[in-house]
Amino acid sequence: MADITLRINGSEKKVSVSPETPLLWVLRDTLEMTGTKFGCGAGLCGACTVHVEGNAIRSCSTPVSQVAGKSVTTIEGLGANGLHVLQQAWIAEEVPQCGYCQTGQIMSAAALLAKTPNPTDEQITQAMNGNLCRCGTYERIRKAIRRAASSGGAR
Amino acid sequence: MSPLSRRGFVGAGIAAGAGLVIGFYLPHKGGSERDSFSPNAYLRITPDNKVTIVVARSEMGQGVRTALPMILAEELEADWKQIEIEQAGASTLFGDQTTGGSASIRTTWDPMRKAGATAREMLISAAALTWGVPRSGCMAENGHIRHAATNRSLSYGDLVGKASTLPIPSDVTLKQSKDYKIVGQRLARVDSPSKVKGEAVFGIDFRLPGMKYAVLSRCPVIGGKVASFDDKDSKKIGGVSFVGKVGDSAVAVMADSVWGAMEGRRVLNVNWDEGPNKDLTTAAVMASLKQVASKKGANMYSSGEPAKAAGRHISAEYTLPFMAHAPMEPGNCTASYQASKCELWAPTQVPQDCRESVATAIGLDPDQVKVNVTLMGGGFGRRLEHDYAVEAALVSKAINAPVKVVWTREDDMRFSTYRPASIHQLSATLDGSGYAVGLTHRIIAPSISGQKGQPVPNGVDPDLPDEAGPVYGVPNYLIEYVMAETPVPLGWMRSVYALQAAFALESFIDELAVAAGKDPLQYRLHLLAKDQDLPYFTTTWKTSRMRGVLQLAGEKAGWDKPLPAGHYRGVACFGCFASYMAEVVEISMENGAPRVQRVVAAVDCGQVVNPSILEQQIQGGIVYGLANALRAKITIEKGRVVQGNFDDYAPLRMEETPTVEVYAVSSPEAPTGIGEPSVPPIAPAVCNAIYAATKKRIRALPILS
Repeated sequence: MADITLRINGSEKKVSVSPETPLLWVLRDTLEMTGTKFGCGAGLCGACTVHVEGNAIRSCSTPVSQVAGKSVTTIEGLGANGLHVLQQAWIAEEVPQCGYCQTGQIMSAAALLAKTPNPTDEQITQAMNGNLCRCGTYERIRKAIRRAASSGGAR
Repeated sequence: MSPLSRRGFVGAGIAAGAGLVIGFYLPHKGGSERDSFSPNAYLRITPDNKVTIVVARSEMGQGVRTALPMILAEELEADWKQIEIEQAGASTLFGDQTTGGSASIRTTWDPMRKAGATAREMLISAAALTWGVPRSGCMAENGHIRHAATNRSLSYGDLVGKASTLPIPSDVTLKQSKDYKIVGQRLARVDSPSKVKGEAVFGIDFRLPGMKYAVLSRCPVIGGKVASFDDKDSKKIGGVSFVGKVGDSAVAVMADSVWGAMEGRRVLNVNWDEGPNKDLTTAAVMASLKQVASKKGANMYSSGEPAKAAGRHISAEYTLPFMAHAPMEPGNCTASYQASKCELWAPTQVPQDCRESVATAIGLDPDQVKVNVTLMGGGFGRRLEHDYAVEAALVSKAINAPVKVVWTREDDMRFSTYRPASIHQLSATLDGSGYAVGLTHRIIAPSISGQKGQPVPNGVDPDLPDEAGPVYGVPNYLIEYVMAETPVPLGWMRSVYALQAAFALESFIDELAVAAGKDPLQYRLHLLAKDQDLPYFTTTWKTSRMRGVLQLAGEKAGWDKPLPAGHYRGVACFGCFASYMAEVVEISMENGAPRVQRVVAAVDCGQVVNPSILEQQIQGGIVYGLANALRAKITIEKGRVVQGNFDDYAPLRMEETPTVEVYAVSSPEAPTGIGEPSVPPIAPAVCNAIYAATKKRIRALPILS
C-alpha cells in the first residue's frame, strides 16, 4: 500500500492503494468514478481510455503510481462545464447503442481533436482504431467526429 | 416450463398471439386510491402530468427503452416529451420477459398498443364525464383531451383521479398506421445523453454500500471440477477477505476491489479434476459432427421430391466454427443475500430465468429472490445465460453480505457458451437453363436447447424454426436438421443458426449461378420470380418480399453499373425472425484478404418503429457479422478454449469497417425482427465477392483462417 495523490479532473484525490494497481480500478472502485470502463484489461479495446497530461492512455494498463501528480481527465471531467462538443455531436449523430465503449471512444476522439482540430479520415481512423465497439457504431463515430470538428473542434 | 427454456418459446408465442393478453391487471383495490392512473402494468400517469412507461425488456443497445415506449405513446396520444421510462425487473405481470430472438417489438407490439389505447379511451371518458359532454366530441391529442366544440382542454395529469375510477374497456380500437405521429419517426434515443456523459449505470457500475468484489477461478477444462485448492498466497494479497468454492468447478476470491480480487486469483493454487474432456480438440469435435452427418435428418421443410428431380447435379459442403459473443461489458452481477432473501442487480436478457436459477442454486423460493435489470454493455445472446447471477448469489450467500462478481475478458472468452460449429451439405439439380429445380440443405449441428436439457420437439432444435427457413421458390426443396452432440458449451449468439444456414445456402446459390453462367443477382431473382408462399413452422415466407429486398439492394448498389478497377461485388439474401434482408457488398482485395468497401442493405421488417434505431441495428449487425465472417473462431485444445482476449479473437475495428447504406421497404405489415436479420447475409455476400475477385470459393469460415 502507498499513499498516492492524484489530480483528477482538476481536483486532488488522495488514495491508499498498492502502487501497481491500474489507474482504471482506482478510478472505478476507490474513487467510484465508473464512467471509465473495463473491457479487456490488456490495452486492446480502449474502453478504459482517459487523458494523462492531455494524451489518451489506457487506464487498465497504467499503474496508478505512474500518474501520481500528473493531470488526469476522465469522461466525468470532459464535460464538466456543459457537454463537450464531441458529446453533443455523439448525441446529434445518435452514436451509442449499448454505449459501454462510448466514453472511451469519446476520450480518444477528444485527444485527437485537441491536437488535430480538423482531422482527415485517415487521421480519424488512426486515432480511433484502438477503440473497439461490438455494437458496430464506427460509421456514426466517424460522422460525429467530423461534425464536432466542423463545429469548432475541441474547446 | 423449465426455467431455461424460454428462448425457444418466443416464436411459438408470437404465432399463437399470446402477447395480446399479457400485462393487464387492476392495480387499484377501489376508488379511493387516486394518486395515479395505471390501467395496466405498462403505464402510470400521475397528477403532476408525468407519464411513466414501463419497459419489460432489457436494454442491451438495441433501443428498447426508446422503441417500446414509442409504441405505447403513439396509441396513448401522449406528448413524447412528458414520457419517463422505468425498467421492469423480473415480474409476473408481463408474460415472458426474455430479450432475444429479435422479438422485443414483435412480442410487445400488440400489448403496448393495447395498453396505450385503453388508457387513451379511459382518459377520453374521464374528460367527457368531467365536462358532461358526449365522448364523441372529445379527442386525445398530445397529452391532452380536447373538446373542440367548447374549446376546452385537460391534461392527462388533470384526469388521473377520474380516469382511475372508470372500468377498463376490454376492447379498444387501435390507430391506423397512416395516422401515426410517433411510430415511424427518427426520435432520439432516451439513453444517449447519459451514455455519452459516462453517467449510465451498467451492471458492472452498480454499487451497494459495503459491497465486496469477487472473481472466480474456473476449471479451464470443459466439464472439469475443483479437486482441491490452497489459498494461502491469495490471502496475503491486500484486501482479500474470502476464498471459497463456488459450486463444483470454481473457486471465488473476494476483495475490496476488482483488482485485489484479480491479484488474489492470480496466486491462487487450484488442483483441477480435469474430467472426461481433458484431451478434447476442435478436430475431434468436427470429426464427431462428420460422423453423424450421414444420419437421417429431421424434416424441417419439404416441397416436391428433390431426389427425383432430373437434371445436372451439383453438391458442396460448408463448415463453420464455434464463435463467442464477446460483448464489451464482461459478465458481472451484484447480489445481496440477507436473511433468506436475495436481491440481484443483473445485466441479464432473462430476469425471470435468473430468478428461478438463483432460487434453485441457493435454496430459496423464487419469490424470495428479486431481480433488478441493469443496463447492459451488449448482450448478443451471452446474457441469456444465468451463470453470472448464480455465481453472485452463491458468493453473497457464503459471506452473507453484498458482492459483485466480475468476469475478466479472458473469463468471458474461455467460459462462454459458443455459437455451435456446424456442417452443411447442399445439393441441387439444375434444369437445362441452369436454374435449380431441386435443392437440399442438410444442417448438421449440435442443439443448443438439447444440450441444456430443454425439449427438442421432433428432433428439431427449437431455434431453427426462426432461423433456417426456405428462401427460394424451388419446386423440389428439402431442409433437414441432423442433431449432433458436443461437450463444448453452446449458447444463442446473435442470429443463432441463421448465420450458419445463410452462409451455406447463399454461398451455394452463388455456386449454382456460376455453374449456370448467370449473373448471381439475376439468378436469385429468377428463383424468386413467381409469387409463392413458403410455409415454415410458424412463418410463411413470401418470395415476393424477398424479391423486393433483393431488387432494392441491387438497385441502390448500382448492380448493373461498372465498378472501379479492382472492386468486386457479391450479393446474398436471407430471412430470419420473420424479416427479409438482402445485402450487396463491394470489396477490393489487399494481400489476398478482402477489404469491404461498401455494403448496401435492404430490409423488409414490416412497420418501422424508429428508422434511426433500425439503421443502428442493421449497421451494427453487419459489423458484427463481418467480424464473425473474417476472423471469429473459437478452438479447443486439451479440453480448453484457446482464445483469451481481443488479440486472438479480434473484433472489427474502425479501419476495417465499410460504409453501410440502409434501405427499408415501406410496409404496412406488423413489425418483425431487426436485431439479428442483418447478421447472416454478410458472410456469404463477402465470400461471393471474393469468388468474383479470385475465382476461389470459400466453403469454411472464418475467411481469414
